[in-house]
Amino acid sequence: MKSHALLTSMLATGLILSGCGADKTATEKESAEAVAPTDLQQETDAYKEFAKEQMDQFVVETEKFVNAVKEGKIDEAKAIYPLARMYFERSEPIAESFGDLDPRIDARLADLEDEGQGEEQWSGYHKIEYGLWVDKTTEGYEDVADQLLKDAKELRARVETVEVGTDLMITGAVDLLNEVSTSKITGEEEIFSHTDLYDFKANVEGAEKIFSIFEPVIKQKDATLSTDLTKKFGTLNTLLAKHEDGNGGYISYEELTKEDTKELADAVNQLGEPLSMMGIVME
Amino acid sequence: MAEDKLFEKKISRRQMLKLTGAGAAGAAIGVSGLGGLLNVFGMTAEDDNPESKNKVNFYGTHQSGIITPVQTHIYFASLEVLVKSQAELKELLQQWTPMAVRLMNGEPIGEVSSNGFIPAKDTGEAGGLDASGLTLTFGVGPSLFDKNELGLSSKRPAELKDLPHFPKDQLDPAYTGGDIAIQACAEDPQVAFHAVRNLIRAASGKVRLKWSQAGFNSFPEKNKKRETPRNLFAFKDGTSGPDAASKKAMNDVVWVDKGWLAGGSYMAVRRIQMHLETWDRTALSEQEATFGRHRETGAPLSLKNELDEVPLDQKDASGEPVIPVDSHVRLAKEAKAQIHRRSFSYSSGTMDATGAYDAGLLFISYQKDPQQFIAIQKSFGRADKLNEYITHRGSALFACFPGVQKGSYIGESLFKTL
Repeated sequence: MKSHALLTSMLATGLILSGCGADKTATEKESAEAVAPTDLQQETDAYKEFAKEQMDQFVVETEKFVNAVKEGKIDEAKAIYPLARMYFERSEPIAESFGDLDPRIDARLADLEDEGQGEEQWSGYHKIEYGLWVDKTTEGYEDVADQLLKDAKELRARVETVEVGTDLMITGAVDLLNEVSTSKITGEEEIFSHTDLYDFKANVEGAEKIFSIFEPVIKQKDATLSTDLTKKFGTLNTLLAKHEDGNGGYISYEELTKEDTKELADAVNQLGEPLSMMGIVME
Repeated sequence: MAEDKLFEKKISRRQMLKLTGAGAAGAAIGVSGLGGLLNVFGMTAEDDNPESKNKVNFYGTHQSGIITPVQTHIYFASLEVLVKSQAELKELLQQWTPMAVRLMNGEPIGEVSSNGFIPAKDTGEAGGLDASGLTLTFGVGPSLFDKNELGLSSKRPAELKDLPHFPKDQLDPAYTGGDIAIQACAEDPQVAFHAVRNLIRAASGKVRLKWSQAGFNSFPEKNKKRETPRNLFAFKDGTSGPDAASKKAMNDVVWVDKGWLAGGSYMAVRRIQMHLETWDRTALSEQEATFGRHRETGAPLSLKNELDEVPLDQKDASGEPVIPVDSHVRLAKEAKAQIHRRSFSYSSGTMDATGAYDAGLLFISYQKDPQQFIAIQKSFGRADKLNEYITHRGSALFACFPGVQKGSYIGESLFKTL
C-alpha cells in the first residue's frame, strides 16, 4: 500500500509542476543537484575524526603490546593482540590507502608468498602472532616489535594527510564487509591465534560507523534502505554476540562449526547487498 | 500490486520530475490517467519481446522449460526461503516476474544507473548474448508448506511430499530438498547461470541458495535435426517417452488438472552419480545387457533402430528373454507408467572420499502425479542391473506453477483463496 501512496504523490507532483507552469523550479532543482551533489563535507569530516580516534587508540594499544613482547610477557601480549588489532581493522579503509604501511603492519605470510616474497620480508602483527602462538616465544621478535610501533606511529601521523572523500567511505564500507567475507569468515586472517572473530567484529563496526554517519542522508533519500540496513546490521551483530566468550572477547575460530560460519557468512552477504546501495547518498 | 511494485522500482522521484518537466508528457498524464502515464514512459508491465533473438515466451498457459524441447545447458537451483510471511513470499514472486520476462527476452534485469557509486542492477555477464532459448521454471517444494509462518499448509497438494526412500539411495543433504526451485535452461551455459544469479541476488535476504547443479546435453545432428543425446555412459538417454508435441499426451502425462496447481506439473529431480571408472572397465556386451539396448544405435537388443518397439516377450535360442529381466529398459517399461524426462549430464570435480569423478546425470522428469515417477523408480528397485554403476546422491520434488498470464505473476494461483 505504501508504494501506492508514493505513486499517488508522484503523480500529484508531476501534475502540479507541469500544470501550473512551475517547470522552472524543477529544472533549477535538477541542475543544482547535477553541479553539486548533496554536500557531504560534514559526513566526511566526521569519518576522518573517527579514523583519527581509532588510530590514536591503535598506537596506544600497540605500544602496550610491543612492551609486553619486549618484556617477554607472552600471556599479556596474547591478551592485548586481538584487541589492539580491532582499532586497525575498524578503520582499515584509511590504513589501506597507504600501500606501503598496510602490509608492513598487517601482512600475512601467505600474502607475501603470493607475491614471491619470503619470511625475511615478513613484519608486523602477524609475524609476532606466529611467535606467540606457534614459536611460543617473544625471543628474537624484539626488533619486529620495535618496527611495528614505529609503523603504527607513522600510520597515525599520515592519517592527517588522507583526503577522505565520500567515495572512500562508500567503497570502504563495502570493502570492510568483503574483507569479512573473503578472509575472516574462512579463518585465514588469524591462522595462528584463531582470533578472527575480533577482526570480524571490528570490520563490521567500521562499516556500521560509516552507515551511521550517512544514516540521516540515506533516510531522506530512501527510508526503506535505511531501515533495511539497521535491521541487517542488527541481525549480524546478534549472531556475532552468540560467539562471545563471556569475558568481553570472542571464542576461537576453531570452535565455530560449519553451520556457524555459514550462518555468519549468510548474514554478511545479506547485509552487503543493501550496503552496496549506500552510494545513493551521492545523488 | 505487481504493477505498483514495478513502477516503484523503475522510476525515481527525480526522474519523474525530469520527465514531467518536459511538459508534453505532463499533459499526457492529464488525459490518459495512470495506464496512459505508464505507457508514455514505457513503464507497462514487462512483456515478451517478439524482436528478441532465439527467444522462448514467458507468458502462456504453462510455464516454459517443461515441454520446451530440452536445451543444451541447465543451471538448476534449489532455494531455501528466508521470508517470514505469506505477503513477503508473494512479493518475492511478484518481484521476480518482470525480471524473468526480461531475462527470457535476453535483456538485463535493469539498466545501469548514472550514479557510479552504486553497483549495477544486472551482474552483466550475459551482455551481448541473445536470449539463447532461456527458459525459467519455478516450483515449490514440500518444505515450503511446513513453514507455519507462511500459512500455506492448507494449500499443500496431497501429492506434494518428499519422495520415498528407494533401494540404494545414498542421499546427501547437500543435494536434497528445497523450498523453491528455479530451473534455468538455455543453449548457452552463461545465460542460464546469469539468470539464476540475478534472480537470487535481487532476492537477497529473502531466499538463500541451498544447492545448485549445472548440467549439459550434447545433440548429434542428422539432416539438421537433433538426435537423442547420450548420457555419460554413452547410451542414448530419453529415447522413449510421451510425445511432447501432442496435447493429449501432455494432458495425460504432464499437466496437473486440479486445484491451484492446474496447468502446472510435478518436477522430480535426482542427482545421480554415475561411477564412470567401473563402467569404463565393463565389457561392452555387459553394458548393453545392463541397459537392454545397443550402445551405438540405441536400438533394443536384437533390433536395429532406436525407435523399434522393445521386444519384452521375445526369447533367444536358449529360452532366455532377449531383453534381460534385470535390464534398465525392461524394468522401466514394466512399471507401466509414463513420465516426461528432461535430464542433463553433469560433471562437478571429484568425490572427497575416493577421488572418483563426481559426474553423472541430473535427472529431471515432469509428471502430473509424483506416483508416475515413484512407480518407475520402484520397478527398478533392487533388481536394476544399472544400480551397480550408479548412486542416487540428491533428490527433490517440486510443484511447478501453472503458466503466467500477462498482468499476473509467478505462482499467483497459490495465493488465491479457492
